[in-house]
Amino acid sequence: MSDILGNQLNFNLGLLLPELILAVTAVAVVFVDMFQKELKAGRALVPVLSLIGLLAAAAATATDIDVEDDFARMVQIDNFTVFFRYMFIAIAIVVIAGSHEYIERHVNHVGEFYGLLLLSTVGAIFMASARDLLVAYLAIEVLSFSLYIAVSLGKNDPRSGEAGLKYVLLGGVASAMLLYGLSLLYGVAGSTQYSEIAGALAKSPEGLRLPLLLGLTLIVAGLGFKVSAVPFHMWAPDAYEGAPMPVTAYLSATSKGATLALFLRWFGGPLLPAMQDWQWMLAVLSTLTMIFGNLIALQQTNIKRLLAYSSIAQAGFMLMAITTVSDIATSALLVHLSGYVITNLAVFTAVIHFYNRTGKEEIADFRGLSRTNPYLATVITVGLFSLAGMPLLAGFFTKFILFQAIVEGGFLWLVVIAVIGSTVSLFYYLQVIRQMYVLEPEGDTTRWRISATGYVTTAILFVLIVVVGVYGGPLYTVADRAAYALFQG
Amino acid sequence: MTPSDGYALIALCLLPLSVSLVLFAVPSGRRRIVVSITGLASLLMLALSVYVFTRYSFAGQQFQGVLAWTWMQHVGFLGEKGIQFKVGVDGISASLVLLTGVVVVPATWVTWKVRDRMKDFFILLYLVTAGVYGSFVLLDLFFWFLFYELALMPMYLLIAVWGSTRKEYGAMKLMMMLLAGSIFIFTVIFALFTHVGAGTFDMVTLLEAKKELWFQRAFFPVLVIGCGTLGAIFPFHSWSPDGHAAAPTSVSMLHAGVLMKVGAFGVVRIGFQMMPEGGAYWAPALIVLGATAGLYGAISALRQTDMKLLMGFSSVSHMGYVFLGLGTFNAIGWSGAILQMTAHGWMTALFFLLIGGMYDQSHNRDIPNFSGMAKQMPVWSIFFIFASLASLGLPGLSGFVAELHIFIGTFRAYPIVGGIAVLTAAITTTYLIRMLAQAFFGEMNPRWSHLQEITWLERAGAAVLALAILGLGLWPAPWIARIAPSIINIPGITL
Repeated sequence: MSDILGNQLNFNLGLLLPELILAVTAVAVVFVDMFQKELKAGRALVPVLSLIGLLAAAAATATDIDVEDDFARMVQIDNFTVFFRYMFIAIAIVVIAGSHEYIERHVNHVGEFYGLLLLSTVGAIFMASARDLLVAYLAIEVLSFSLYIAVSLGKNDPRSGEAGLKYVLLGGVASAMLLYGLSLLYGVAGSTQYSEIAGALAKSPEGLRLPLLLGLTLIVAGLGFKVSAVPFHMWAPDAYEGAPMPVTAYLSATSKGATLALFLRWFGGPLLPAMQDWQWMLAVLSTLTMIFGNLIALQQTNIKRLLAYSSIAQAGFMLMAITTVSDIATSALLVHLSGYVITNLAVFTAVIHFYNRTGKEEIADFRGLSRTNPYLATVITVGLFSLAGMPLLAGFFTKFILFQAIVEGGFLWLVVIAVIGSTVSLFYYLQVIRQMYVLEPEGDTTRWRISATGYVTTAILFVLIVVVGVYGGPLYTVADRAAYALFQG
Repeated sequence: MTPSDGYALIALCLLPLSVSLVLFAVPSGRRRIVVSITGLASLLMLALSVYVFTRYSFAGQQFQGVLAWTWMQHVGFLGEKGIQFKVGVDGISASLVLLTGVVVVPATWVTWKVRDRMKDFFILLYLVTAGVYGSFVLLDLFFWFLFYELALMPMYLLIAVWGSTRKEYGAMKLMMMLLAGSIFIFTVIFALFTHVGAGTFDMVTLLEAKKELWFQRAFFPVLVIGCGTLGAIFPFHSWSPDGHAAAPTSVSMLHAGVLMKVGAFGVVRIGFQMMPEGGAYWAPALIVLGATAGLYGAISALRQTDMKLLMGFSSVSHMGYVFLGLGTFNAIGWSGAILQMTAHGWMTALFFLLIGGMYDQSHNRDIPNFSGMAKQMPVWSIFFIFASLASLGLPGLSGFVAELHIFIGTFRAYPIVGGIAVLTAAITTTYLIRMLAQAFFGEMNPRWSHLQEITWLERAGAAVLALAILGLGLWPAPWIARIAPSIINIPGITL
């Protein structure tokens, strides 16, 4: 089979098996929820079905390790894709397993909600694997639309609807900017295929510098919105605070991860020849994000907003790696992203279970948690210390590797700002830890437990945080292979 | 010392770490189990520390007991032997290992008095201990920094939960200032790795590699600010008095006694040993800072009425001597500086142990409130007077040996600064003797007639430290002999 231009097209659908499984599961979940009474199935069928679909997709992706292929010149299947497939599927599994009680109680339209989570995972995977600008843009929209709706599905919570509205309006503007930038890029390069754009930009066409710069600015702005970089971050705290907590966890993990994967694909591939033009843009973006993300977090009193600003600051660290993009920086970024995802999910899952019991989400409500639920307090403390970069935990190792890689790329000054930001972040993480350990609990001080799935999920994440912190070698090796695939392909 | 002695070094790092882990599994109420585990572990650590110190041969190579396991190599930016778990000691770190071993035992004994959440206290305290040992014995920059940060990590919780005077303020100030210092250390480590370009964090490789003069001159002061913050170098010392006053007894003992020496050791190892030309260039500045710290700390201590604050400023002053000795850049001054680390470490641990023993009963540390304590608590007073005499440099006790070396070295380098240093010693004598006169002698204040003598455990702990101080004071030869080869190896050091 060939397309209009005469290129041979590979239609091996087996390469897309994981995404197909996820999409089918999403549809099945919506139907099962619709016919729940007729099927006489319990409430657990929908989450269990989602988990089965996710696990099947994970198994299917194992066949694509060390494969170097493409599907119809639209999607690239290589180790980079496989890395992100595993990451996004794992995030979805953890979010569903850790928060299904919350979803039952506090989310409208449960079936559609699970379907949307699965569909957004598909979108995320395609963002990481696309090799054509249009496919990438479609994937961004699939991810975004699913999340716009998911954010607004909170039950009896007007903040949720408000968050969804803000997210969709601002997100729409950002998508429009991004599309404009992409069309300018197409105008300059003459193709939407990554490999052909790279070739066109390498020839450095005269007289096209202005449209290229304009396009790059719009692209950086559009993607900057999605990764919540300052000054395009304003949607994030409101969306994170208003959304149901599993969606917040999901936003901080998959949405950021997918956008960073897209950053790597674009800036490490088609846009690499134009590095002189965009490197300073990303350096500025990263600097502003690290500084302001950490500074504004200092004033927060709501745990969800605090974690939102914490995620913004972390995104700033990760944008440094895009500034100096190379295979070294990419593998370091993938390591840090993995550590960040694990840690963030651990903290969010613990906070979700705290909310399940108390219905509260202010930092001051965590008072005395070390007495009433020492296990949960330990998980949250370990997670927050890891985010701050304390040793023996994932955050120390991943930050060390990331920062050293940036210095290898020649940007010591960026790393100095990053380390200052990291130190400042310890202050606001300590505010939560202080509430749990230094202050005594008020009111009801009986000890309470979390659910079984809660214990399992948080325990696995806790162990992973320590394992990555103490023995991060295997993770680094895997990330290295993924990064190698990105630059060799 | 043979390479297989490296296992003792690894045991020193991993033993306290495993104790912390094991304690997680022990139910909170079972005090006896916690007491037995920690008691055994602390004695083991002391035995290992003494073993390491005595086995270090002053006739052998600089780094002995070297063992390495490759953790990660040939991945990303890491090259050959990128990150290794590598241990080894030179004479300087061997003496500091002994310092730690002797302090850990009384610190453990004193912690058994803690009533609330003793198990959690020990988990955090032994994490600090592991971090300290790791900083002394690790020869890979990545792991060295990991253990350095590990020693700082539990500080906030230890002080904010179990501390006393203004504990939350002291805890946050200490934590944030020490971590701000880490920013500078981070910068130097990253810059050093990239500048040398060998793709490895191995300290021995980095020590021997050539570093450009501009690099050394630029990054040496950055490192001094970073590690010096932990060593309470002036003007980055302000966390120290508040932090020590707020901290619980054993935390103060470990912190002032050992942790501050980790900072000074960082200046020695990463600063002077890795960037010797930079060190030689900035040595005069270090002398000025050290002398200022000594004088400033002593004068501030003159004003204090809270015993712990007085000790905090006294620590700043004595650590000033260490940096003064390092700045002289001659062998005698350096000998004194390294000796002072051990000498002051034991003295200050003894002080904080005794002050804690009294504070637990009286809940008051104000010197003017006390009078005639020698009649009420004679054993406590004897130990306290002993510690004060050591601190002001009475011959026969450890402080004299260290200060003598430092003063001789300073007079050789900058006689005027030597004069200031001796003046500081006189001021030290003043505030200490005055405290003794006010609080210990004279008419007994009836308000304190209910105070009991310190417990047998505290007496035993004080005795351990007192014996160590006496030992170093009467027979410093083993220390000096072990330190000398490491000092001579630094290029540019004169006699």
